[in-house]
Amino acid sequence: MSSPATQYLQRVADRRAREIVTPEGVPIRFTLAGPGDRAGAFMLDVLIQAAMIVVLVLVADLLIGSAGEDSWAASLFIVAAFVLRTFYFVFFETRWQGATPGKRIVGIRVIDGRGGQLEPGSILARNLVREVEVWLPLTLLVAGAQVWPGAPGWARLLAAAWVLVLLLMPMFNKDHLRVGDMIGGTMVVMQPKTVLAPDLADAATHAPQLPAWGGKPATAAPRFPFTTAHLDVYGIYELQVLEGVLRTEAVTVAHAEAVAAVAEKIHAKIDYDQLVPTHEQERFLRDFYTALRAHLEKKMLFGQRREDKYSKK
Amino acid sequence: MVGTTAKQRPAPMPAGAGVSAERTLRSVEFRREREGTWRELEQLIALVRKDGIRDLTAEQLARLPHLYRATLSSLSVARSISLDRALTDYLESLCGRAYFCVYGARDPTRGVIAEYLTWRLPAAIRSIRWQLALAALFLVLGAMTAFFMVRHNSEAYYTFVQADYASGRTPASTTAELRAGLYDDTSVSAFLATFAAELFSHNARIGLLAFALGVVVIPTLLLMFTNGLILGAFAALYDSRGLSWDLWGWLLPHGVTELSAVVLCGAAGLVIGQSWIFPGARPRLDNLRERGRLAGLAALGAVLMFFVAGLIEGIFRQTVTNIELRYAVAVATAGFWIWYFGFCGRGRERLERRLAEGRR
Repeated sequence: MSSPATQYLQRVADRRAREIVTPEGVPIRFTLAGPGDRAGAFMLDVLIQAAMIVVLVLVADLLIGSAGEDSWAASLFIVAAFVLRTFYFVFFETRWQGATPGKRIVGIRVIDGRGGQLEPGSILARNLVREVEVWLPLTLLVAGAQVWPGAPGWARLLAAAWVLVLLLMPMFNKDHLRVGDMIGGTMVVMQPKTVLAPDLADAATHAPQLPAWGGKPATAAPRFPFTTAHLDVYGIYELQVLEGVLRTEAVTVAHAEAVAAVAEKIHAKIDYDQLVPTHEQERFLRDFYTALRAHLEKKMLFGQRREDKYSKK
Repeated sequence: MVGTTAKQRPAPMPAGAGVSAERTLRSVEFRREREGTWRELEQLIALVRKDGIRDLTAEQLARLPHLYRATLSSLSVARSISLDRALTDYLESLCGRAYFCVYGARDPTRGVIAEYLTWRLPAAIRSIRWQLALAALFLVLGAMTAFFMVRHNSEAYYTFVQADYASGRTPASTTAELRAGLYDDTSVSAFLATFAAELFSHNARIGLLAFALGVVVIPTLLLMFTNGLILGAFAALYDSRGLSWDLWGWLLPHGVTELSAVVLCGAAGLVIGQSWIFPGARPRLDNLRERGRLAGLAALGAVLMFFVAGLIEGIFRQTVTNIELRYAVAVATAGFWIWYFGFCGRGRERLERRLAEGRR
């Protein structure tokens, strides 16, 4: 049912899924932010910082121009530039619950790696080491000659090793942690999207498919009844694959084809006695989905979780 | 109608009888009942994202954790009774987003800042006193090395102090020039405020560098040592002209604060290095994250100290030339820091520790 491409994407998604246990003791799954997302967010933040510095310079220029060099404006500018450079990330991550402007645009957030409260100390630690982690190595890399003219060969080698180890650290651990994350005990995750699709088993929610002449939509009786023998064929995995098929965008050709293929397959597999005309296939699948879900959920209540069609009945 | 059907006990299923979906599924009913709560939480989160958590009304703010916990419990229930993938996925991401709001960093309110200043910071510094001692030791060692070397051979001064940093204060200067520099620094006195700001920014950057380099320990110790070298070389130069008393009177009013801040940064860095190199009985990363937080808090304290030192250095030092007054200020600042780091917030610290033990 799934192509190699979607299988690959699924594997990547599984590899990046992390479960944290909230202080209430309930595990929540998050998806780790990839190195690309993080690098992108960082670059955006640097650009925003640069833009803010430019604005600061312009404002300071205006003020100093009118007040002379020995003015509070000049010193204010110096302090402001320092604060902006040092505390930009700290400020936003504290105020915006773990996001900075760049992270927000990309859709990622900082959380505590163990599912606790994100502490101010963690935010400080993870951001104050950035100087050594990113800027110092980059300066050495780009302008090593100016920083340390006539450096001996071994010093260059050492510097290069240092640069590589720190810059590439996120690629060499499974959680993509940079040194700052390790010190702060933090983790960067994707901001999940929240969409609640209608419940396929709730007859009331697909009332539009019922005849317009009224009736009682909430009690839309299933047209196709199923026996326990029919329902014992499949498990939870198959149920959710079926859910995926039913949830693909209706009225597309792909949807119609998938519905037809799956309906025929299920029909044959469960050895259904009644004939299902083509225009009723979707209805058949919906009824089967609802019945199967009711069946499996009931079993689950009695402590029997049937994962897929291969597990025992 | 939903209610009545729900209360019916499911009849034992006759063999071959149709499993009818007429009876509403438990999971469907569950969703109908709780969906209102989830939607409310969703709206609240959207509001936080748009306007920030500060703009919530007191009522909304109180409602947020309540809705979050209710939704979290919905998630637990859904996992055990519902096989609707869309529903569990939705609840999972909704809880995730709500978790950001509830357990993301707390906004630094006035209370949090006051707490930090009155006991968290002093307590953090008290807990790293051995690292402080080590960092200070390297500073003093550096100072003594340079002092004795320069006293022995004044040419050594040039290896320790670079020309641009010395700004004319070299063994080649006359005693009168050196003395004038201590009391009437005309080159900078015109730009007091700007000068103070520059000093602050420069020193704080060096300090934070010392902090961050602590990850690998050695560079931080070296930085402490080289800072000591410069200090020692200056001391030797002025001592050779019999200006020791004047030099320290010029240096200490801000130097007490500034040098403490440098040592504090170094010590915070050493905490980080130590925590992963010698993790003790705990896993390295666990130890690192716990000590890292502490180090972060201490480093912020050091930045504040650099700011204070910059103010004293830029404004006070250039305007007060009375040496007794200079020493008085030095003693006063030293006394203040000793009180602050040694004693401030002790009672609260003890109380919090006892509370933490009680929770355990």
